[in-house]
Formats: sequence, structure tokens, C-alpha cells
Amino acid sequence: MTNTNLTQRQIIEAGLKKRYRKERAFKAAGVISIIFGLSWLVLLFGDIIGKGMPAFKSTMIQLSVNLDADDLGIDPEDATTFNKGNYDRVIRNAIRSEFAEVKSRGDRRSLGRIVSSNAGYDLRDLIKENPTLINTQASVWVKADSVVDDYFKNYYSPQKPGHILTDKQLIWVNDLIDRDKVTFQFNKGFFTSSDSRDPESAGVAGALKGSVLALIVCLVLAFPIAIAAAVYLEEFAPKNRLTDIIEVNINNLAAVPSIIFGLLGLAIFLNLFGMPRSAPLLGGMVLALMTLPTIIISARAAIKAVPPSIREAAYGLGASKMQVVLHHVIPLAMPGMLTGAIIGIAQALGETAPLLMIGMVAFIVDIPQGITDPATVLPVQIYLWSDSPERGFVANTSAAIMVLLGVLITMNLSAVLLRKRLEKRW
Amino acid sequence: MKLVDNVTEHTIPKDTVGTPFSDNAEISVRNVDVFYGEKQAIHNVSLDIGKNEVIAMIGPSGCGKSTFLRVLNRMNDTIDICRVTGEIIHDGENIYAPKTDVVPLRARVGMVFQKPNPFPKSIYDNVAYGPKLHGIASRRTDLDEIVETSLTKAGLWNEVKDRLHTPGTGLSGGQQQRLCIARTIAVNPEVILMDEPCSALDPIATAKIEELIAELSTNYTIAIVTHSMQQAARVSNRTAYFHLGHLVEVNPTEQVFTNPDHALTEAYITGRFG
Amino acid sequence: MQLSSLFTLLVIAAAVAYFVGYSRSTSKGLDIGGVHKLSSLPSQYGTLALMWCLLPGVSLILTWLLVENSLLNAMIIKVLPASAQALSEGEQSLLISQVKSTAAGVAGLNVAAEIKQAADLYSGWVTRSRMYLSGLSIAVIILTIALLYKKIADTTRARNKIERVLEGLFMMSSLIAILTTLGIVLSVIYESWIFFSHVSPIDFMFGTHWSPQMAMREDQAGSSGAFGAVPLFVGTLLISFIALSIAVPAGLMTAIYLSEYAHAKVRNIVKPALEILAGIPTVVYGFFAAVTVAPFMRDSAAALDIALSPESALIAGVVMGVMIIPFVSSLSDDVINAVPQSLRDGSLGLGATHSETIRQVVIPAALPGIVGSILLAGSRAIGETMIVVMAAGLAANLTVNPLEAVTTVTVQIVTILVGDQEFDSPKTLAAFALGLMLFFTTLMLNFIALHVTKKYQERYD
Ligand SMILES: Nc1ncnc2c1ncn2[C@@H]1O[C@H](COP(=O)(O)OP(=O)(O)O)[C@@H](O)[C@H]1O
Ligand SMILES: [Mg+2]
Repeated sequence: MTNTNLTQRQIIEAGLKKRYRKERAFKAAGVISIIFGLSWLVLLFGDIIGKGMPAFKSTMIQLSVNLDADDLGIDPEDATTFNKGNYDRVIRNAIRSEFAEVKSRGDRRSLGRIVSSNAGYDLRDLIKENPTLINTQASVWVKADSVVDDYFKNYYSPQKPGHILTDKQLIWVNDLIDRDKVTFQFNKGFFTSSDSRDPESAGVAGALKGSVLALIVCLVLAFPIAIAAAVYLEEFAPKNRLTDIIEVNINNLAAVPSIIFGLLGLAIFLNLFGMPRSAPLLGGMVLALMTLPTIIISARAAIKAVPPSIREAAYGLGASKMQVVLHHVIPLAMPGMLTGAIIGIAQALGETAPLLMIGMVAFIVDIPQGITDPATVLPVQIYLWSDSPERGFVANTSAAIMVLLGVLITMNLSAVLLRKRLEKRW
Repeated sequence: MKLVDNVTEHTIPKDTVGTPFSDNAEISVRNVDVFYGEKQAIHNVSLDIGKNEVIAMIGPSGCGKSTFLRVLNRMNDTIDICRVTGEIIHDGENIYAPKTDVVPLRARVGMVFQKPNPFPKSIYDNVAYGPKLHGIASRRTDLDEIVETSLTKAGLWNEVKDRLHTPGTGLSGGQQQRLCIARTIAVNPEVILMDEPCSALDPIATAKIEELIAELSTNYTIAIVTHSMQQAARVSNRTAYFHLGHLVEVNPTEQVFTNPDHALTEAYITGRFG
Repeated sequence: MQLSSLFTLLVIAAAVAYFVGYSRSTSKGLDIGGVHKLSSLPSQYGTLALMWCLLPGVSLILTWLLVENSLLNAMIIKVLPASAQALSEGEQSLLISQVKSTAAGVAGLNVAAEIKQAADLYSGWVTRSRMYLSGLSIAVIILTIALLYKKIADTTRARNKIERVLEGLFMMSSLIAILTTLGIVLSVIYESWIFFSHVSPIDFMFGTHWSPQMAMREDQAGSSGAFGAVPLFVGTLLISFIALSIAVPAGLMTAIYLSEYAHAKVRNIVKPALEILAGIPTVVYGFFAAVTVAPFMRDSAAALDIALSPESALIAGVVMGVMIIPFVSSLSDDVINAVPQSLRDGSLGLGATHSETIRQVVIPAALPGIVGSILLAGSRAIGETMIVVMAAGLAANLTVNPLEAVTTVTVQIVTILVGDQEFDSPKTLAAFALGLMLFFTTLMLNFIALHVTKKYQERYD
């Protein structure tokens, strides 16, 4: 006995080294997996932030503009004429006066291009805000063209990457820089203006508004329906085949690819019912159908978590089933339901594919005013910009992603906080 | 000396009475305290477990029997907040010494749990699991032999020999528990720890396991936790009575059930609390 | 009458109904000796009256609006010249939208006379339709209020009725999920049906040449070979396979490490961090793949003398795999935690190491659940759209070489349907046939996965 045991012990001891090596390898595989996942996270955020930060500042050029009312072609007394003014010419003249030595037509045109083609609109807005400037010689900062913007943003970096300024433009721009006439300003326009063909003038306001409108429609439709469905399934539904089918169906629907909901929206809402294309109303409806299962599932979990003792107490007071549900179960389950709704809405906010199907991909310059105006949404805007070749749009895309992720993280954090509060109660 | 009327289940016992020590110890426990976080579950317990004896641990639920048993092969290592002080000597070495390796320790001190827990594998693979892990048997024929002898020792061979490759989870509760015993003896341990091995079984299955324990005691040292005093009386040579994490009394089983030394023991076996 | 004013009217009517219900029940109550003698509260009678008023009104308006469009479309075609009626459905729908935009005044100046005429007629019909609708709604509202005035009586148990109506509404809400599924199934099947009348299902399912653009030309419309979807299926499976071969091991090991080895502190930081990865919209991954990962991987491959297409399956698959890691790990985490501790104890008690216990006991015990999560992850990968739209190719190469460009089912659906589509052209309909395949494949995967997981959970309950 002792003898055999001794040899067995030796056998076990002999095998231990190898077994512990495997143990370490296994643990290492776990650590490596986690590091792998986390490093992608860091990489992605680092890359997006690195690429996106420059979009939050714009390169501005200081010009001394002659705001003579006649030159502008406006009547200083009549604000309605301000819209028709020829601001572009004034700006052109101002930049030419900086470089009086430039004479040839081609050069002059090329010189004019270092200022953004939308600078005229900015000047108009300035005059609208501040009509006293009319008939003065004013020093104003105007947006540089995206090519100059690119150049200036990389100006201080050690390995100035390639730029597409012409040799002459380069000389002019460097000259302006030397004269301290070029600077960065916070790119407010990124948050106040809508899409544009020019990266330096494009902003997320339109897409953001479109997202908000679509999400409002989505929430207004999905939340009450989801609560009603969850309440029915948890509290009223008889246990029968139909209920089973509904349950299986909801679980399956939650895992259907989102693009399929786009097909549904296209075939039924757009083509059959003739709803307005590209509208947040339509987008919100598609998103509502998509998020409904998610919200129903979490609402049911929230209802299940309401302790039965509360129901029993209410029944004991002679309340009807509906009263118990309306006065006790739903209010108590509300934080949980709201958490589910926030998560569902966050999911909807990031959704792109189904909205492409229903025409929310158009180039839309106006900020949508209502749920039937053509609009786009933030993720679709990101998709559209990501297709543009200009460097400025890469920065804009990344910056729009930063805005999107910021909103998403805020939403998810509030869901977490809400859940925390809920946990404290019971 | 026995002031039965003065003890309640909240009485804190002092020192262990009776005969906790032995000349022929397989495992010697000395001054062991066990903590779960801040809470102390075992207070200064010293006890010898003799070679080839069956020692039963009894006591009210929550008094630390399972904790004590799990400390003996460091199963409590799986609980993060659990902390052990004192010494447990097995084969001349303190099993809580930093250099002690739990893997071979647990091969030498096996454990059978309260609820039968066969792995979701075939009966054969359940029994062969330990020997394969430890490399005790590498050839198929050796493995076959170990499986057969273990199942035979566990009194299960005749019932399962025709379906060795069906899932172990398909057996009845009593058979599952005997499978778990076979699984434990397949690695040929010196000590088998059993934590209420019959609490989930019906009386007939219980009787079979008790018979098995009697047979196994010729080859193995067995420490068994039980909530049934009858069972302790039937299977064990010595009985240890735990109370609120203290070891109150250790004595030959007959004495504990007929003439206990400590008032608390008497109160417990007469059913005044439990 | 404008729709908005119609709804305003409805709200006013509802308020009136509430008031009628309230005051009638109060006066009835006074007749029989006090409001408390009524079987329900006056406010409950009011609510009931409000429901009676709103339900028929709202359903009338909604049904009307839903039916109106199809009817008007048919009527527009009728008044267009006979040549229009011979056109295909797709060309007709183009004409219809022309008529509608002319009516709305957003069409250009040079519109054909017939279209203009139809547009004028159309505007007239819309006005008339809305007039009928308004008249009918007002009639319904007046009728209900009149009925209410007569019927609200002390014997009416208002509360029970309100509750029954509410319960009905709740039930209808739960049916919306079914309606959605039905809507999906019907729309994809219907459009695919038309598609398969142009293109044989055999050619679609087994053809190896996909080039929907070419089929736009008259002589090639529906010609066999142009709609062979095999390259798409292979591309989809290839990318999904690459994604899963990254996501499954990494996700599973992450879940195992976090639930079996990691300290609570580490777990509490790493888990939410990884969940961020799951919450990042796929369009962001697509951008990241196309703008950062693709150039980087192409350059690295070039340094090793490997030609890697920037639209290769490999790049899209890797990024998709990263996206799915947290999905796999959180599903596996649930599954692994469901394995009872007693099994782990049994194995550890025999002297197994931690990793032996995990590999030989925990994972086999959790296998059905793990398989379920892998199936769900697979369905996720197959249906994933934005990453492949932005990082995979458009050209339908039939290849299993991960270094080459491939396209997928979802990419083709998006490419076909984004922008102007003519309904009814085989090209547009092909998107629905692809959608049909996608829907049923993922549905089947989900169904099996949910079934397996449910069975597994029941086992350890
Ligand atoms: N994993 C654990 N964590 C914290 N406390 C525990 C744990 N296991 C047991 N305890 C506590 O230790 C004491 C002894 O428990 P236990 O050994 O299971 O008693 P017995 O087996 O005698 O019923 C009890 O008070 C119990 O609450
Ligand atoms: Mg116990």
C-alpha cells in the first residue's frame, strides 16, 4: 500500500511541472485576449481623437476688408438687401490688396482660393449682426480654404506631410503666417451648421437635429408600446400557444439584422403607404420597430423584479388587476423600463444601415425643422463624409464620431446610474 | 460537572474535552482558526485524525463542520475571502506552508460532496478523470483496470458495467454519489473527506453508502460530516462535536452517544437544539 | 382640412366626451341620491367616454390614410395615357412620383402635359379625400357623443369597461412584434416572388456570376448568370468565418479569465471597458477599418511581400471580429457562470488544476450554451452591414482567399438600394431576394441558438 502510493506520488510530482506550464499558458491566453480587446479600444479611441481634434479648430486668415456699401451693393438702411450683397468680391479685393505684387489673372484667381469659398456667407452674417461695420475699413478673420487649413494644421509638425498648395500659394500662405495673419479659432460652425461640400464649412448640426427628431419619434412610439406589451405578457397573457409564439417572436426579432428593418421600411412604409422619404418620421418608425424587442425584453425583466408582496398588498386592499398594474407595478418598474429604453435608444442612435435604405442618405444642407422634412442622422453623416476624399473630411468624420460617441457614452452612463439607483431600492 | 440546564445554543464553549489527540495520526490539526472575511468560522481547533479511522463530525448547522472539512484539503482556497491560520500536518508537512502544492495534496486527500456532482461525461470518463489528469495510468488497459476496481470498491460495478459509456448524470442519486466515491478512490487517496454524503439520498441509497464507508475504512482514513447522529453512530469510530465554530468534544463514538463529557454535547444529542 | 387640424378636432372632441361622461354621470348620480351611489367614479365615466370617442376616430383616420395612397396611385395610372398602363410596375411608380412631385410644386418646369394634367387631378383627389375624411370623422365623433349622452348610466360599470379596453390595447401592443415579423416576411417574400419570375431561383442560388449592373441593359435583363449569388454567399461566409475565428477564442478566453481568474477589481474595470467596444456603432468600426486598419495592414503585408487588397476579406473580418468579441464574451460569461460550483469543486477536489477544471469540466458542461452564443455571434456577423459596406469590396469575386477583395450579401443590398431605385427592375428586386436569404438564415441561427441556450439553462436551474 505505502509502496504503491509512494510510486504514485512520484508519478504525480513528475507530471506537475508540465501541468503547471499548461496552467500558466492558459492564464496567459486569457490575459492576452483581454489585452487584445482593450488595445483595440485604446487604438480606436486614440485614432479617432487624434484624427478628429483638428476639426474642432479652423484656420482663419486676417483680412482688412473695405465694407463700402456701394461696393457691396447693399443699402445700409435696409437690412433686407444684405442678403444680396456681393461679399465674395469684397473679400477677393481684400486678399489681393495684401499681395499687391500679384498681377496675372491666373495668379490672382489662385490667390483668391486660399480663402474659403464660404467666407462670403460668414462676412454677410457678420454684417447682419453688426450693421455699423458698413462703410468702414474693418479687420476681419475669415475662414481659410481647406487646403490651407490642412497645411496650417500640419505646419508645426516636424515632418510636414504633403500638401496640395501650389508653389505660389505656398509662398503667399507662408508670408501671411510670417505676418501673424493666420491663426486658429474654435470651429463653432461645426456645431451650428449643416452639411456642406467644403470640409471647412461642414457641420453636424443638421445631422444631430435629424437624429434627435428620429429618436423622439422612435421613443414616442416604442416606449409606450413596449411597456404595454411587456405588461400584457407579464401580467395578463394566458399561458397558451399564442403567448409562446409572441415570446419566441420577440426574442428572435431582437436578433434580426438591422438592415432587414430597412427593407421593411422601404417596402411597407415607403412604397405601400407612401410616407415621405428621407424624413425623421419614417426613420423613427423603422428604428422603433427595431428597438421594440430590446425595450420589451428589459421592461419584462423590470416587471418581474417587482416583488410579489407589493402586488399582494394591493390586491388585499381590493384593487383590481388593472389598478394594481397601473398604480403599483408600472411605477415601481419604471426605472428599469427607462434603463431599457435608454439602452434601446442608444442602439437606435448608432444605427446606420436601415436608414440608408429609406433614403436618409441625401446631401441635405438645411437643418430639418420638423419630422417630415428631409433629414439625415449622425451615423449616416459619418458614413457620407467617410466617403469624401478630402483630408478635411477625414477630420470632420472623426470629429462627428467623437460627438456621436460622446452622446452614446452619456446615455449609457445615465442608464448605469439609473440601474444603480434601482438596485439600491430593493 | 454536566450542568445541562445551564447551556443554551448560544453558550460559547471553552476548551476541547475528551480525546482529540492520537498516537497514529494521519492528519494533525493544531490551533486552526478560519475566517470568512471578518467573520471567524472556526476557533482554535486542534485535532488528530488517526490512520484508517472513521471520524464523524457532528453539530448544529452553521457550526463550521463543512468549513473544517474543506480546510483539510484546502478546498477553501476556492473561496477568495477565506483565511486560515494554524497548522495542519499531513505526512510530516504543514499543508498550509507556502511551498505546499495543492494539486498532489488533493490527490492524497480526496473529497466527496454533499450533492452528488458527477461530471457531464460518461461513467467511465468520470472515474478515469483523476488518473488521467495525474498521469497515474497512461495505457488504456491500466485505465480500464482502475475504472473497474474503483467502481467495484464503490459497489457500483455490477450496476453499471454494461453502460460504462453512458452519461454519469443519467444514474440515480445514490448511484451518482457512489460514482463520485469511485471517482475519488480512483486516484488512490490516503484520506477521504465526506461532507454529508447522504443528505440528498433516500434511506436505501443511504444504507448502501454507509456499508461502503465501513468497507472503505479498512484501506482509507475517512472524515465524514453528518447531520444524522444515527449515521455517525453507525459508521464512525470517533465523533467530534462542533459548536459555534469551536470543537467541543472528541471521544469514541459510543461514549459520545451514551455518556458525553460535555454538557453542550449532551444537549445536542438529546435534541435540545440542532 | 389639414391633417393637423383634424387631429386637433379629435382632441377637442375627446375633451368634450370626457366632460359629457363626467357631467352626465354626476347628474344621474344626483338623481339616484348621490354620486357615491354610482358604481364607478365620475372621472371613470369621463375616461370611458373619452376612449369611446377616440378609438373609432383614430382608427378611422389611420386606416383611411393607409389605404389612401395605394388607391390614389391606381387612380393616377388610370388617367395617364394608355401607353403608361402598359409599362412595368417600376416605370409606373416612377411616373407616379413625378405626378406627385408636380402636384407638390417641387418638380422642374418642363413637365409633360399629361403629367401636369394628372397632377392637377391628383391634387383635387387629395383635397376631396381629406374632405370626406374630415366629414366622416366629424360624423363619427358626433354620433359617439350622442350615443354616450344616452348611454352613460348608473348601471354602466365604467371601471370594468375601461380596464377591458386597456387590456385590449395592451394585447394589441404585444401583437406588434408579430406584425413586424409578418411585415418583414411578407415584404421580402412578395418582392422576391416577383424577382424569381424574372430570374430563376436555381440561377440565383447556384449561379457563380453576380453583376446586377449589367442586367440593367435591355438585352440582358434577367439573363442568366448576372444574378448568381454564390460569390456573395461565399464572401459573406468568408468574412464571418474570419470574424468568428477572432471573436470566439478571444471572447471565450476573456469571459473565462474574467469569471474564473480575475480579481473583482480587475473585473469591474475590464468588463465595462469591453462593453464600450460593444456599444460603438458599426459605422465607426467601418470608418476605422477603411481609414486606419486597411492602410496599415496593406503596408505591413507589403513589407512582407504579400499583396493584400485594401478591400480584402481579412481586414473586414478582423475588424468585425473585434466588434463581436464583447458580444461573445458577455454571452459566454452568463453561460460559464451557470455551471454549478459543485462541478468545479468536484474536479478541484480530485487534484485538478484550475485550467484542467475549466477545460475538461466547465467548458464541456457549458458547451451547449457556448455553441448557442457562437451561433448568435455568427448571425450577428452575417447580418453586419456597415463594416463590410465601408471596408469590403463591391466586385463579386468568387474566392476564398482572405487576401483578396470580396463582397457580401449586405453590401449588395445597400449598394442596390441606396440612391434612386426603380422598383420592379430585377436589380432592385434582387436586393429583396438577398434580404430573404439573409432573414431566413439569421432567423434559423437565432432560433436554434435560443432553443439550445434555453434547454441548457433549464438543465442547471
Ligand atoms: N463561502 C462562505 N462565505 C462566507 N461565510 C461562509 C461561507 N461558507 C460558510 N460560511 C459561514 O461559516 C459558518 C460555518 O459554515 P459551514 O461550515 O457551512 O457550517 P456547517 O457545514 O456546519 O453547516 C457559517 O456561519 C456560514 O455562514
Ligand atoms: Mg455543511
